[in-house]
Amino acid sequence: MIKILYFAQFREQLGIDSEQIQLPRHVHTVETLLAYLRGRGGNWTEVFGADAVVCVAVNHAMVAGQGTVAVGDEIAFFPPVTGG
Amino acid sequence: MIRIQQTNFDLDAEISTLRQHNAAAGAIVAFLGTVRDFSANAQVHAMRLEHYPGMTEKVLHGIEAAAHQRWSLQEVLVIHRTGELLAGEQIVLVATISEHRRDAFAACDFIIDHLKTEAPFWKREQTPQGPRWVSAQKNDQTARERWNR
Repeated sequence: MIKILYFAQFREQLGIDSEQIQLPRHVHTVETLLAYLRGRGGNWTEVFGADAVVCVAVNHAMVAGQGTVAVGDEIAFFPPVTGG
Repeated sequence: MIRIQQTNFDLDAEISTLRQHNAAAGAIVAFLGTVRDFSANAQVHAMRLEHYPGMTEKVLHGIEAAAHQRWSLQEVLVIHRTGELLAGEQIVLVATISEHRRDAFAACDFIIDHLKTEAPFWKREQTPQGPRWVSAQKNDQTARERWNR
């Protein structure tokens, strides 16, 4: 299983703050996980569309698209941060 | 020291505590961030700050450690509030304590630049036209990149 978290407008647009899923067989990177989520259609395709700026953290560390994803990871998707 | 909290903080009390802990230090620089009542032409009467518990603390501890490596500092204090905040309220305090002012000034500037671009906080403004997520500012990213030169 992997745990996925969604923050800020992503959470609102998708209507979900977290979920646990079986790691799909072909998913080994952040990029392929995003493609898998996009493949759910509807809001998922829109929120994670080509124009979207999506930041990704794996186990609390920011990673790029080539970053790897493995069973037991906590993966978070969020828009660029706006604190301070 | 890193603190994420919903409650307000007392600037005078925080500075007094830092001074008691660091009696030998000659310089304290404090940055206080507040909720503006106007942002990008929209009137803002309140704001909600959301964060990613766990990752936020980890990122801020990393920034604090980087500042300690780069400058000679006695102590660093970062307090960041979350939840509902009204216009004019305090959001964030970054205080740096050093023997001499240059280290404290530079480290404070460094910490807030990195906090704004790396720590997982998101602001949602409440305006008369409804709620609106704040967009990341390019000049914050530019300010952050100065430190890599």
